[in-house]
Amino acid sequence: MILKSQQISRNEFETGTGWKIKPEGACKGEICVPLKSAPGDVVDVKKIATDMNLPLVAEEGQGVWALGPDSIGGKTLATATAPNLTLPDLDGKMFELSSLKGKKVLVYAWAPY
Amino acid sequence: MWQALREEFHAKGFELVTVGLDTLGTEACRPFIEAANPSHPSLIDQYHVMADLFGVVNIPEAIWINEDGIIVRPAEAAPPPPMDSPAMNPPAELPQHMMDIMGEAVKIQTDDDGYHHALKDWIENGDKSEYVLDPESVIARSQPRDENKSLGHAHFELAAYLETQGQHQLAIKHFREAHRLVPDSWTFRRQAWSLEIVGDGPFARFWQGPSEGKDWPYEGDWLTDIRREGAENYYAPWSK
Repeated sequence: MILKSQQISRNEFETGTGWKIKPEGACKGEICVPLKSAPGDVVDVKKIATDMNLPLVAEEGQGVWALGPDSIGGKTLATATAPNLTLPDLDGKMFELSSLKGKKVLVYAWAPY
Repeated sequence: MWQALREEFHAKGFELVTVGLDTLGTEACRPFIEAANPSHPSLIDQYHVMADLFGVVNIPEAIWINEDGIIVRPAEAAPPPPMDSPAMNPPAELPQHMMDIMGEAVKIQTDDDGYHHALKDWIENGDKSEYVLDPESVIARSQPRDENKSLGHAHFELAAYLETQGQHQLAIKHFREAHRLVPDSWTFRRQAWSLEIVGDGPFARFWQGPSEGKDWPYEGDWLTDIRREGAENYYAPWSK
């Protein structure tokens, strides 16, 4: 996820990474990663990146960082529970994959190039 | 094609979600989406979160998710539904470079019949379908990812962001890092190559390689890479 600050809200972190902060750690599906100190409403990205072994890349002159995805278990998927893919449509309206619970869903990736 | 499949099976509790992976965003995807006029969700993914979350490494690929929100097949090549279509006659005046690209593209292999037989079986039979994978297999079959690849994904996302901010040269630096760290992603390469626009004609973003009088900032390009890797290996073979 793209960051303009290394202090972000818990909600931004959870939406951006798909990891939910719970008392037992950062969790996705049935997987939880223990955190050294539980974040409150504000997440210190550097700290949580270290705890979860997430890469953080900077372009200093632009004041921007990118937080990369986890590599738990050496695979893209740490769990078969689908992440709540959240993306805009053509009109900028946000869509959440979780809104389709109860249906079989085929998520299809394409590109205009 | 996909739209017709969606209409046929929507009443059986099936939904299609299409995601356009393009850093150029809405305006680049709009003509294609408006032409298809979809009744299903059709989304725009400027930073390729589909790569981060699902391990998409080429297009088109698809992921199957069941009624409980569990992935039953991870990202894999998703060929279009088989149909009777007349042989395509390429336009006569195609530049040699585009002829060469098409010459490689026809060698790309997909199992259209096998894939769509399996898809229909899943839509009909749900979790009882023999094509549904258990959670352990789904995880095991998802793309390998180590710390280097995670780092490469971060560089890619930063590159995409910088491109949207008009910082093309800075973007190239991070795209190059992403390519070095995630060498098996075709989408990371194709996206970057497509931003080195050649001319303003219909091939502008499909050229994907060096052209006369223009510096090429990447190690590889579509033709060189597919010839090296073999068109038959462009997609991993589909298997049950």
